[in-house]
Amino acid sequence: MRYLPKSDAERAAMLREIGASSIDDLFTAIPEEYRLTRDLKVPRQMGESEIIDYFKAAAAKNANGYTSFLGAGMYRHYRPVVIDSLVQRGEFLTSYTPYQAEITQGTLQAIFEFQTMICELTGMDIANASMYDGSTGAAEAVMMAVRITGRDGVLVARTMHPEYREVMHTYAQHQGHDAREVGYGQDGRIDLAALEKAVTDEIACVLVQSPNFFGVIEDIPEIAEIAHKKGALLIVSVAEAVSLGIVQPPVEADIVSMEAQSFGVALSYGGPYCGVLAAKEKYLRQMPGRLVGETKDTEGRRGFVLTLSTREQHIRREKATSNICTNQALVALMTTIFLTVYGKQGMRDLAVQNLAKAKYAADTLGAQGKLLFAGTPRFHEFVLQTDEDPEQLSARLLESKIIGGLALRKWYPELGNATLWCATELTTRKQIDAAASVLADAPVAAEAR
Amino acid sequence: MATTDGFVGTMRKVTAHLTQNEGLSFEKSSPGKKGYRLAPLDVPEVDAAALLGGAVRDDVGALPELSEIEIIRHFTRLSTWNYAIDLGMYPLGSCTMKYNPRVNELVSRLEGIAEAHPYQPESLSQGALEIVKLLQDCLIEITGMDAITLQPAAGAHGEFTGILLARAYHQSKGNARKTVIIPDSAHGTNPATAASCGYQVINLKSNAQGGVDVAALAQIVNEDTAAMMLTNPSTIGVFENEIHKIADVLHDKGALLYMDGANMNALVGKTRPGDFGVDVMHLNLHKTFSTPHGGGGPGSGPVACKKILEPFLPSPVVAQGEDGLLHWNYDRPKSVGRVRMLYGNFGMFVRALAYTLANGPDGLRQTTEDAVLNANYIRKKLEDVYELPYTTPSMHEVVFSDKRQVKNGVKTGDIAKRLIDYGFHPYTTSFPLIVPGALMIEPTESESREELDLFVDAMRQIAREVEENPQVVITAPHATRISRLDETGAARKPVLRWKGPPEDAVEVDTPAKEW
Repeated sequence: MRYLPKSDAERAAMLREIGASSIDDLFTAIPEEYRLTRDLKVPRQMGESEIIDYFKAAAAKNANGYTSFLGAGMYRHYRPVVIDSLVQRGEFLTSYTPYQAEITQGTLQAIFEFQTMICELTGMDIANASMYDGSTGAAEAVMMAVRITGRDGVLVARTMHPEYREVMHTYAQHQGHDAREVGYGQDGRIDLAALEKAVTDEIACVLVQSPNFFGVIEDIPEIAEIAHKKGALLIVSVAEAVSLGIVQPPVEADIVSMEAQSFGVALSYGGPYCGVLAAKEKYLRQMPGRLVGETKDTEGRRGFVLTLSTREQHIRREKATSNICTNQALVALMTTIFLTVYGKQGMRDLAVQNLAKAKYAADTLGAQGKLLFAGTPRFHEFVLQTDEDPEQLSARLLESKIIGGLALRKWYPELGNATLWCATELTTRKQIDAAASVLADAPVAAEAR
Repeated sequence: MATTDGFVGTMRKVTAHLTQNEGLSFEKSSPGKKGYRLAPLDVPEVDAAALLGGAVRDDVGALPELSEIEIIRHFTRLSTWNYAIDLGMYPLGSCTMKYNPRVNELVSRLEGIAEAHPYQPESLSQGALEIVKLLQDCLIEITGMDAITLQPAAGAHGEFTGILLARAYHQSKGNARKTVIIPDSAHGTNPATAASCGYQVINLKSNAQGGVDVAALAQIVNEDTAAMMLTNPSTIGVFENEIHKIADVLHDKGALLYMDGANMNALVGKTRPGDFGVDVMHLNLHKTFSTPHGGGGPGSGPVACKKILEPFLPSPVVAQGEDGLLHWNYDRPKSVGRVRMLYGNFGMFVRALAYTLANGPDGLRQTTEDAVLNANYIRKKLEDVYELPYTTPSMHEVVFSDKRQVKNGVKTGDIAKRLIDYGFHPYTTSFPLIVPGALMIEPTESESREELDLFVDAMRQIAREVEENPQVVITAPHATRISRLDETGAARKPVLRWKGPPEDAVEVDTPAKEW
């Protein structure tokens, strides 16, 4: 086996030195009836070229060469080449969690830069070294709010990503939290009147996403006021991190939970992505996950260490703030490099391009149907209502090698034939025009309805 | 070197060399520098303020502004300050720091894989679904279980999922039960997991061999016991040879056996948890299946279970449709729900499958045998100089204690730091908790005999230093860019982000050397 650095002669010599007559001597602790005496039924050992061929064949069965208007929490942005060059350096790729600070300063300093950038972007005071993803990050934020307030009521906007809500419910159900949803109004934003009514002094937190699942920007200052009036915390989830280049950060929030996949992380059929929690400084001790802090060595030189680990499972065991152990360090590094490449000016330029593409797409495609929540500020996604059934529409678009908007009926049956579309800096005018022309060719039967 | 009196070892693996200094990216930034160029806009320009109204942002904050060459150098310089598997042995016990094959990285970046959107139509995701299905089938066969979910994003997340399954199972029988039994040798994630699933933790004291005390277990298992979380081989690297009795004791009271699969690298191809009574377990693809640790993630923590728990698996699950295509099945009325959005860390599935294909059944078995051989070789070569608290046979890792070295004022953490000077990453220190002053060493299969001999040589020289010159060990490391850091200060006054140049910053005036 080519990954194993030993010859049979070396193995035999080592066994002799140990005093074992055969390798089986080292496995005698396993009761005989449980020893596997046959080969595992997995595919036979392959050569490297065969492995590549297998995955190439699999990749060819996925969508290739299609124009895509899918977003919905996972976004296709350009990933600068230097990201992959740098994260494939073995010193980053094959390093462990940086417990041994003297020989992991590279990872530690990069995380410190990441934490700083996240604070700058979100307007929060502190950020952790990353969470699994946006959905689990939001769930952890809710548990954090419950610990801080000592209350167990949770209000979640129905305009939040449906899968985030599902994850939140899974986490909440065994902690005895009472999680309820708050609906949305004609403008595609959380219904403020309903929210005001629902927030009582038993509510630990209000959880909203902005830009929300429909791409609409929520009125964060207003929501914060309603929550804070009753002593509840506001958690804002940001699923499209690129929006922070041009959209006001949720500075009124107490905790921000972000999915940073947009910052140079491949879609990769759903992961790995990069969640991150940021918060006001006073909530530091309740923050789950890893934190990197600056300190000095015995000679007074600057260095970085994992810190405040007394919150964590390996010290606190069942009293820890979370069972989370590791984070998404390598993915966080990708996002750090992305943010370093674009920088202060680039993040704005990039976000504005997204805004422009989405405006053009919404105008052009909107002309072939009804644009929902049209008057509310949004980032780069929009909801289109059509006469035609989304499945039929999707099938027609696929014939032109276009993957259209995501059908929303599964989660929002009240919106009927609604689809969620996304345009980023990578979407071209030509692609938008092509999709519009397919939409315009709607079958007569559907138009007549 | 702090002291030259007495014995100072000879570093055979490393030679000190220069590394580049590098500040924070923010400190190198200057306005107007750019590392990007966008394609020209092909649609009409927009007025952001008009579109967004009050929600428009004026200032993005203090992100760095640098050119591409500076960015490359910045991160390359940082990278050289890290130790890595690619540089040498990483004897971290319980972490399974094995070689991360490069073909894994290549195939995970193929366009149809890396660019696949999780919501693209299933008819255009058949390749992705086939990868999921084949990996699932392989893992089910390797563990001897009946069903699996790949959704959990890491080992601890897998534990959470596994205990939720146990809870849902008991709930379906009318009583979720109240407690989870956890041996005192367990990873900290185990009790934290049980607590986050609403269970009270009952600690089980290990027996004189460091294993499960079956008699003591039998006394505490009752109708309130939901499950026991067991690591096998245990954290001292010992196979629980009474595993079937443990399972029986639990099953007799209707409780389940959860296995923490952190140490699965000792078992693959040699025995299967499903065969020895485990009901539910997680795997760590970043340990046993070679996906990179990446400085602390991403991981992936699939959960495999017996048929009785299958109805409760997180939604969705992969299913073959009547049309012959693979689908995600969301119709799971008994499911515990989602533990993560989408389907899990798919990029890690690709890598784990590539590893499995590269090995085949013979390679997987040989891998386990080599991992166990390496651990026993180290044990044999060091047991005369380091205390072996448990003499039970070792599997893939060996745990010593610092008992003999403490007499000279040297603790496991000091020996670990000294190992850095010898060119190795430290082993795991102070864990498991049942061994005071533990040195937990897991070489994995990836080490050649030459590398193992260098490690043994380093450990033996350090043992001699402890006898003859303890100060050189206590003050280690001596050869790193920075010396030991003030961790207490870091926690007392946390500085968790850069806040601009310090006000008291003074230019250090280093006198020029005369040549």
